[in-house]
Amino acid sequence: MESKLRLIKGLGTGIFFGFLLQRGGVTDYNVLVGQLLLEDFTVARIILTAIVVGMLGVYFLSDRGLVVLKPKSGSLRRTISGSLIFGAGFALLGYCPGTIAGAIGQGSIDALIPGLLGIFTGSFIFAAFYEKYSDFIEKNKFKFNTFPELFKINHWKIIIPLTTVIIIFLFWLESIGF
Amino acid sequence: MIKFIFADSWSPYLVGTLIGVLSWFSFIISRKALGTSTSFARGSAKLGALFLGEKVYDWKYYQKYKPELEWQSMLVIGIVIGSFISAVLSGEFNLAFLPQTEFESILNQNLIGRIFSAFTGGIFLGFGARLAGGCTSGHGISGTFQLSIASWISLVGFFVGGAITAFLIF
Repeated sequence: MESKLRLIKGLGTGIFFGFLLQRGGVTDYNVLVGQLLLEDFTVARIILTAIVVGMLGVYFLSDRGLVVLKPKSGSLRRTISGSLIFGAGFALLGYCPGTIAGAIGQGSIDALIPGLLGIFTGSFIFAAFYEKYSDFIEKNKFKFNTFPELFKINHWKIIIPLTTVIIIFLFWLESIGF
Repeated sequence: MIKFIFADSWSPYLVGTLIGVLSWFSFIISRKALGTSTSFARGSAKLGALFLGEKVYDWKYYQKYKPELEWQSMLVIGIVIGSFISAVLSGEFNLAFLPQTEFESILNQNLIGRIFSAFTGGIFLGFGARLAGGCTSGHGISGTFQLSIASWISLVGFFVGGAITAFLIF
């Protein structure tokens, strides 16, 4: 088990995260489904803003050796099929794993009982599947985890243009009244 | 200030910015990226053990992700608490089984339909998150801002899969 201090750090971070998710409106079924139906862009606004702010700060800190990045790996078969299945579940359930915890906190019983039970069941089915097919699942991993590694360029050469594109997109979203 | 604390909702740009800042602190203080779905995988061993017995704890996946309380599981518990605090302060806390929505369907406006959609949706979500290796927070926010290739593919996949399914349902 991890130290008590570490558990408390996790809990504290979660409390802030949950507060922000709820106050941002994304623990609400209507807002999440509205995003998938392209009628409400709250989710996109929050995610894209968080990406820009997170990216600038974390890469700044990492350049100074203050934090260590932990980019995830994957493979084409795993990442594409997994994310599409996830998306189908997202639309049916109307919450994702983080926002379902937030939905529980604001009193959504559909999230607490059938939703949570479903996520546990799906994760368990994966563990069973992994027991048999782990070699297949783990095959053909990406050689590079991040775009700067893949293109062999300095990360700021991606961060600056990406930030610009996201900001222009958000301004455009506002200008067309979405 | 008082009005701000009790407001129904905050601007998505403010919330996004604060989530970004929270990510910095998560990296600095805990050396971890914000993410949630692995905790559900850890917890799922307990559910599986109820049906298939203790032997599931020996499965490869549960050896990698042991069913124990750790940083991220506490984060998920924290989300429930934080959301509860926010909802109570803004008067939005509401015990309900059927979600209030303008997108009505047999899958969300009656008890059986909602149990079915939430449970099967949860199964897809849990399985998909494990296969993809993350969820909307772990891949969608934390992974993308670290410029992870898998995370950008996942973020697109989540919303493409979600939009296709949503347009089929509603």
